[in-house]
Amino acid sequence: MAITKKQSAELAKQVFEYAPAPEAIDHIRIQPSYGHFIGGRMVEPHSKKRFPTINPATEKKLAEVSEGDAVDVDRAVKSAGRAFDSWSRLSPSHRARYLFRISRLIQERARELAVVETMDGGKPIKESRDVDIPLSAAHFFYYAGWADKLEWAFPNRKPRPLGVAGQVIPWNFPLLMLSWKIAPALAAGNTVVLKPAETTPLSAMVFAEICMQAELPPGVVNIVTGAGKTGSLVVEHPGVKKVAFTGSTEVGKLIQRALAGTGKKLTLELGGKAANIVFEDAPLDQAVEGIVNGIYFNQGHVCCAGSRLLVQESIAEPLMEKLKRRLSTLRLGDPLDKNTDIGAINSRAQLEKIQGLVASGVDEGAELYQPECRIPERGFWFPPTLFTNVSQSYRIAREEIFGPVLSVLTFRTPAEAVEKANNTPYGLSAGVWTDKGSRILWMAQRLRAGVVWANTFNRFDPTSPFGGYKESGFGREGGIHGLAAYLDLN
Amino acid sequence: MCPSQPNCAERRRIIPVVATALSLTHLGSLMRGVRSVDEVGADERAASLAKRSIKKASKLWALDLAVRCMDLTTLEGSDTPGKVTALCAKGIRPKPGDATIPSVAAICVYPARVADAVAHLSGSNVRVASVATAFPSGQSFPSIKIAETEEAVRAGAHEIDMVIDRGAFLSGDYQRVYDEVVAVKEACGTAHLKVILETGELGTYDAVRRASILAMAAGADFIKTSTGKVQPAATLPVSLVMMEAIRDFVRETGRPVGFKAAGGIRTSKQAIAYLVVLYETLGSGWMTPDLFRLGASTLLNDVLMQIDKERTGVYQSGDYFTID
Amino acid sequence: MDVRKTYKLFVNGEFVRSESGRAYRPDGSVNVPRGSRKDLRDAVRAARTAFPAWAARTAMNRGQILYRAAEMLDSRGAQFIGLLGGGAKARREVDQAVETLVWYAGWTDKLPQIAGTVNPVAGPYFNFTLPEPTGVVGIVAPGEPALAGMVRRLAAALCGGNVVVALAPESRPLPALTLAEVFATSDFPAGVVNVLSGQRRELLPWLAAHMDVNAIDVAGCTLDEVKAAEAAAADNVKRVIKVTADEASPYLITAFMEMKTVWHPIGM
Repeated sequence: MAITKKQSAELAKQVFEYAPAPEAIDHIRIQPSYGHFIGGRMVEPHSKKRFPTINPATEKKLAEVSEGDAVDVDRAVKSAGRAFDSWSRLSPSHRARYLFRISRLIQERARELAVVETMDGGKPIKESRDVDIPLSAAHFFYYAGWADKLEWAFPNRKPRPLGVAGQVIPWNFPLLMLSWKIAPALAAGNTVVLKPAETTPLSAMVFAEICMQAELPPGVVNIVTGAGKTGSLVVEHPGVKKVAFTGSTEVGKLIQRALAGTGKKLTLELGGKAANIVFEDAPLDQAVEGIVNGIYFNQGHVCCAGSRLLVQESIAEPLMEKLKRRLSTLRLGDPLDKNTDIGAINSRAQLEKIQGLVASGVDEGAELYQPECRIPERGFWFPPTLFTNVSQSYRIAREEIFGPVLSVLTFRTPAEAVEKANNTPYGLSAGVWTDKGSRILWMAQRLRAGVVWANTFNRFDPTSPFGGYKESGFGREGGIHGLAAYLDLN
Repeated sequence: MCPSQPNCAERRRIIPVVATALSLTHLGSLMRGVRSVDEVGADERAASLAKRSIKKASKLWALDLAVRCMDLTTLEGSDTPGKVTALCAKGIRPKPGDATIPSVAAICVYPARVADAVAHLSGSNVRVASVATAFPSGQSFPSIKIAETEEAVRAGAHEIDMVIDRGAFLSGDYQRVYDEVVAVKEACGTAHLKVILETGELGTYDAVRRASILAMAAGADFIKTSTGKVQPAATLPVSLVMMEAIRDFVRETGRPVGFKAAGGIRTSKQAIAYLVVLYETLGSGWMTPDLFRLGASTLLNDVLMQIDKERTGVYQSGDYFTID
Repeated sequence: MDVRKTYKLFVNGEFVRSESGRAYRPDGSVNVPRGSRKDLRDAVRAARTAFPAWAARTAMNRGQILYRAAEMLDSRGAQFIGLLGGGAKARREVDQAVETLVWYAGWTDKLPQIAGTVNPVAGPYFNFTLPEPTGVVGIVAPGEPALAGMVRRLAAALCGGNVVVALAPESRPLPALTLAEVFATSDFPAGVVNVLSGQRRELLPWLAAHMDVNAIDVAGCTLDEVKAAEAAAADNVKRVIKVTADEASPYLITAFMEMKTVWHPIGM
């Protein structure tokens, strides 16, 4: 007998509901407590102080990590200083082999790293699995190959490493930012002291294990955990010759000021308020994907996020309809679920910042749109949000929100689009969507931003230089240009 | 819907097309006005949807739907009444002895085999679909195509799967393609018309999108990817592009058009990926045999095996599933 | 009897007195305008206005204009030798300055070919990186060598398409102010080069803190001045360029430039 009409009708009534598809975590070993990674081993913090790192999706404590004080930082810098002598003189091809080894170890431990990243930071497992970790491994692999080719990279120069690099990284792409910092530094022959963000230190702790597994000479990589205070101790330590910072423009300015007159080489990768510009002839369905990827990727915790959508007025209405419809398909929830598109906001502090800016948008008169979505009871969450009727002067159109909040503005002509896009102190990235080749190049030439994505958004690659104009910072990471930041070329 | 939006180029053009048959110049401008598709972006979107992890209850639901939406197909020169009979039996009762497995949506055959299928399916809720219009190439005379359609319908086909004239389409003779679809639709009478674009021969997603709009404007009840006789046949991104065209067409006209993926879909995993793309592009409303079909000849047994795997928790063997 | 020259500031393509009406006598005899923060403000405004069109000039055109400056400088060689005190050393310095302009003139249309890259990203994208000018550059040129030092710093910045506001060396401003006459007759659009004389302790803090200045070259600054300028530069994340004055290198051009990376899908 075929299925009865009744049975069939019952099944047909049901809607497609994705069952939970949680990533397995039984293979993950998070230690209850971590020290600093100094001189090739995990050491107890001098400060004796520890602080918890929590899972922002559950608010449960994952582990305790050490709070680095001046003595901890000094030990780390001295360890790096001692290691520099031999590391910088090591045969370049051996330096390369260590980096290749690290790249391979990241690949081998990829799933573990992805799960740790997601648990500690709240980002969806599909992103840590498909973006953060593979790109981290690729970054080490790319720079590994440069280690013994520096003379070919900079003709007519004698590239020399700078010494100890002090590196401070943010919480939005913990392992990837670590890789962006450590890989080129080591390839160039420097040693490093890295301070991960206080809310996301765990993947760096796994990376410390990887350094040990790779038998990297002690002191070449040192990792000191802590909050902003520890970070400033790292960058201000006199033994540090090169400082690389990724984070907010506010802190970037403090660092630039603090380093004035010290002669330290500095690169800053700071905030942004990127315009994502859609022309009326754009491939609209892909533009919608680009807009979504531009602002809702990693909950909008992305310095180059396309947080300002500039739409040509003639297609604003159909584009908004498509976009709102698409927003309703975004799946917010358990970051460890393989189908989750929007994970948890990284911390309570960040959630409050987002809430505050969104409230200001409503107060200033912008029209708020949020799709219906269930917010889990525990943890830090913010639904994908879209503001229309936004004026260029509103705070939500000017300030970096660093959350899943899109401000929509309109324009009439390419010149107006460029003018509005550039009308910001930031200059990290921009997006252009149009079918017309000459207009893409015209726009790309005029947008004052370090990365221009044309008919795509938020793509990253180790070979592709990344960094900002204006208050988005200076120096580039990635590619041959990223190598130059860690070398003395005079 | 955007009734007050004056600047929606596709909208202004589609509505008159649907209302009346159009002159060549209008059709040309309709086709030129069809929005472009970025290939890389479409591929990436499809690839990301293919990574959805469909487990347990949702997987069972999807597999059940895959059976209910299946056009179980045989399109071989060697098809005989016996072969069609066996296929019909399988379609009505995919797993003998298991009443929880639904029947497929339709049995899809060549016109000459329609009568065989009708004979075996009467009394069931499985419909008979016939390919027509000089399938698979479409390279014949319009009168022959009309006649073939009429004969198939007369023989009892509930659904006609026609092919567009790709030669005409690629040479820019959109009028010919359009007129043919209009004529075949008329010849169908009450039978449902699925229009096969044969996307593997169209070269670009832009052309797929243009052909989709053209077919829908000409009256297609369904648009369908492929004949299964050309490689590549159905792909996930090409299906995404067609579904997006449907979404826009519905927005402009209010008339829902169905989608059928056919060719090369052999595994449950593939079938589920199509359902995910369908769900996230056109929504729950399309998750019914009235608006979605999977054309396949060998997919069914894999779906049955996966259903048993989900139900029993044990991996299955082909020996326990009938080859028809 | 001589017709003496009145030395003036060079702002927006014009030779002007300081709006403050002040002057100073660095060598005890010649009056030199003592530029004010308002002169500096005007110069930055002129530079900002001139920037888009200058940056949009073809590389070849910028090269020709820099070369024209070399021609103008060379044709007035005797005058500059005199300003630098005469003799073989002064002659060498003028030759060096001319050579620097010729050298950088030849870089404009080559730099993107060695500083730019096509990046083989792992995906269906075409990806390239090109250097672009950073914008308005403040230059604090060294007092020694008074002409060649200024030319090296200016040429590197202008070569990449930047616009400049330069502070003439406080104690030896005449070569820099006269150099402005060379730029004024070399087809540089108004505002691309601005030269101010005056007291550095008065002008430098305003230049270093100016929110519409994108980079500052501190080659002529003392260590204390560098420290103060770097601290002030943080207000708008200015690029601070620290090199010794006698270097010439394409890396000194890119020091005043931003790297822009463009992605585009490759599809049918």
